[in-house]
Amino acid sequence: MNSNVSITNPSVSIRDLSLSFGAVSVLQNLDLDIRDGEFLVLLGSSGCGKSTLLNCIAGLLEPTDGQIFIKEKNVTWEEPKDRGIGMVFQSYALYPQMTVEKNLSFGLRVAKVPKEEIDKRVARAAEILQIGPLLKRKPAELSGGQRQRVAIGRALVRDVDVFLFDEPLSNLDAKLRSELRVEIKRLHQSLKNTMIYVTHDQIEALTLADRIAIMKSGVIQQLDDPIHIYNRPKNLFVAGFIGSPSMNFLRGELAEEGGRVVFRTHGVNFSLDRYDAAEPLRAGRKVVLGVRPEHITVDGKTGGETHEAVVDIEEPMGADNLLWLKHAGHTLSVRIGGARRYAVGSKVELSFDMSLASLFDAETEDRI
Amino acid sequence: MVKQAAAGRPNHLFRNLNSKIASIPMILVATVIFLGGTIWTVFYSFTNSRLLPRLSFVGIEQYERLWASSRWIISIQNLAIYGILSLIFSLVIGFMLAALMDQKIRFENTFRTIFLYPFALSFIVTGLVWQWVLNPEFGVQSVVRSLGWTSFSFDPLYNPQIVIYGILIAALWQGTGLVMCLMLAGLRGIDEDIWKAARVDGIPMWRTYLFVVIPMMRPVFVTTLVIIASGIVKVYDLVVAQTSGGPGNASEVPAKYVYDYMFQAQNLGQGFAASTMMLLTVAIIIIPWAYLEFGGRKRG
Amino acid sequence: MADIGTLNRTAAGFDAVADRVASGPRGRRPRRALSPRNIMLYGTLFVAALYYLLPLYVMVVTSLKGMPEIRMGNIFSPPMEITFEPWVKAWAEACTGLNCDGLSRGFWNSVRILVPSVVVSIAVASVSGYSLANWRFKGSELFFSILIIGAFIPYQVMIYPVVIVLRELGVYGTLTGLVIVHTIFGMPILTLLFRNYFASLPVELFKAARIDGAGFWSIYFRIMLPMALPIFVVAMILQVTGIWNDFLFGVVFTRPDTYPMTVQLNNIVNSVQGVKEYNVNMAATLLTGAVPLIVYFVSGRLFVRGIAAGAVKG
Repeated sequence: MNSNVSITNPSVSIRDLSLSFGAVSVLQNLDLDIRDGEFLVLLGSSGCGKSTLLNCIAGLLEPTDGQIFIKEKNVTWEEPKDRGIGMVFQSYALYPQMTVEKNLSFGLRVAKVPKEEIDKRVARAAEILQIGPLLKRKPAELSGGQRQRVAIGRALVRDVDVFLFDEPLSNLDAKLRSELRVEIKRLHQSLKNTMIYVTHDQIEALTLADRIAIMKSGVIQQLDDPIHIYNRPKNLFVAGFIGSPSMNFLRGELAEEGGRVVFRTHGVNFSLDRYDAAEPLRAGRKVVLGVRPEHITVDGKTGGETHEAVVDIEEPMGADNLLWLKHAGHTLSVRIGGARRYAVGSKVELSFDMSLASLFDAETEDRI
Repeated sequence: MVKQAAAGRPNHLFRNLNSKIASIPMILVATVIFLGGTIWTVFYSFTNSRLLPRLSFVGIEQYERLWASSRWIISIQNLAIYGILSLIFSLVIGFMLAALMDQKIRFENTFRTIFLYPFALSFIVTGLVWQWVLNPEFGVQSVVRSLGWTSFSFDPLYNPQIVIYGILIAALWQGTGLVMCLMLAGLRGIDEDIWKAARVDGIPMWRTYLFVVIPMMRPVFVTTLVIIASGIVKVYDLVVAQTSGGPGNASEVPAKYVYDYMFQAQNLGQGFAASTMMLLTVAIIIIPWAYLEFGGRKRG
Repeated sequence: MADIGTLNRTAAGFDAVADRVASGPRGRRPRRALSPRNIMLYGTLFVAALYYLLPLYVMVVTSLKGMPEIRMGNIFSPPMEITFEPWVKAWAEACTGLNCDGLSRGFWNSVRILVPSVVVSIAVASVSGYSLANWRFKGSELFFSILIIGAFIPYQVMIYPVVIVLRELGVYGTLTGLVIVHTIFGMPILTLLFRNYFASLPVELFKAARIDGAGFWSIYFRIMLPMALPIFVVAMILQVTGIWNDFLFGVVFTRPDTYPMTVQLNNIVNSVQGVKEYNVNMAATLLTGAVPLIVYFVSGRLFVRGIAAGAVKG
């Protein structure tokens, strides 16, 4: 059984969940516990099973095997409406022929909730989401951002414990996306509901999440808080997936130098004294060293070990300046302050911050 | 293209010359046949042409005679009954079949093939088959009677009161498959998330269809409606094959009236007047639709 | 927050999990194959399918029975004694009132009408569609609009002017005349089909060809035509079934000795003289329906695409 499970009194628990369409396995023996009030992000590229997992939690897809608990109640065979969830979709999925007000209240009216109660809940949702003036309009008359707010409102009026978001911001342009991101975060802070949020956008994941579950081929690769995901990726996939520009990977091996184990690539040695290894390092092991672009200092006065490199391409990006450097057979990207400029072809001295670097086994691709 | 260059500054008429030459058949058909022919027919409907078109105007006399003719009145009544019922039934049956087909059923392709094959057959074949199935001596009526219900009576093709329903049954058999296909395409075009949202909201399936999906499919319904309606006005072969307009003239339809007067009764003027009335009927159907369809697009 | 990772791995929690996995609902919801929903669903579909299949079945069994058996039994009972006599008779001997050489004459007439009509109508319409999509000129859209509106005008309105035009050209009542008629009335839907298809191809392709110096015809033959094969197949399905099933134009624009199969069939079945031979009639009906049915069953999904596009013609 996977070890990243079990929290006492979880809000949502997934036990040994598998789903396959015919011979194609989408989710494999997945376990996951989500705490009450937690904001959990399922992150991965398309086809990794993150939306499938969310649909299973919602009850829109039937798992092939395994169980789902919401508020300690086994809901594996329950209908979506009886699970105590609300869901927000990427395409908004508003009922186009109904006004905003009807969109919000339709489910409640069908469930025969008393009129005053419906009005109260709609008013509350409208206030929280600031869509009061839009209540009489139809979805076609709303902007993308307003539509998504209404879609959130539809989940809100259901008065449920768990909110499910299926890539809710993917259809919006960049500016609106960052605005609504902040709003969703604010919503979570004030409502304190459990929220499960699916996205392929790492910025959304890092900014919103209490914890991120990175998925690949139906398996959770790492479940951790954003800081750990970013700084201590559990394997090569997670390391490469998170961060833009991507982490620098140097293929080489562990070697011995003066009684100490060092990382060696193309005949150049890197000291690993400051690296926080999870297991003893043994010389001769084939490994991959990963260093983020901002964890390499250019021409710094650190006094430690330095490596010479040549500037190949410079990409000024305003606040930052991204240098592409040639070093010992590798191309490295390094992020430096936007004001510092280097001519192409100039030689620079690099120092690597090994305390923030990652070392992976070349075979298993797991962190050492 | 060399031609254009050689002319120096290209003359307006010779620009795209090859394209214009290639479009001559289309231009001729559009202007001479469709536009010209229609105007010509409307124009000659005000003459008393008999065997050959003649330019002797009689005003609206042909129309007066048309509307005084009991055969024409029956034709119009038949068309109205047949048209309204066929619209309602093909939309309802077509949509219901499409909704059933949309339930992720097994053997979907087999069912679709079965529902649609009659559409490949001609109206003549359709009419003749149903003439046989509805034959009172050997068909459905006799079979039901032989099962013991001896007073059972169902002989639409020999009963002037209900003959048009006999034709309706055949027409629905032939055409509902198409409506189902169009509706199914419409249903498949509905965003999957809408269904999911409705399930999360706990809305029963029939309510989702009624209050969410059908309103969303309005354009599909309108297009289908126009297609069925313009087919209804043209109905001809089916009647010819199934009943030849009989018994008596109980199953006459306008298109047959036109044909008979133009090519058999040698009374062209009557035929032109009747066909102008058909044109008017189509215009009443098409113009509002075209206005909605194309006027709407400009707006938004 | 940072220490959740370690907190998670407490032994107590792990045991609780193992407990809970064992009991309660798990995996797929159990479902009976014969649930009321499924009975309703498949029951309705089955009954509907029966209604659609029945006439075909009746046609087949009737055509295989002898007349005495038809007079005795009911139309749904399978033949006791299978005979192919009616088929032979329908093909070679059935009488129309004018002649007695069966449907074969109509079949060959239909083939003679079908082949040139399909070829000419598709050739003309594909070039028109190509012009409209890639070489627009002033007024081209107007002509196209008239064409499309024309598709909704009942044929009865335009049929007599067409008679006059053909008479003036000296081709009224000839095969050439009927080919022209099918080309005219097939034009709206086919042109629409080709125009939309060519317009959906990437315009860069056309621009690149023009920069390479290709003109109207060389782009059509070398670039568009090879890419348009699927739409040509759809157009062919549309025209083969449409022209084969035509009755009105056959009656109006041909003479009795060149009547197409549908007209011939109607004359055989509805001829008033002699004893009605229902088995021969049904064999004849099946023979006439065979061509479009074969096209339908062979082409499958393409047929659906064709009629969805061609529905306007209906």
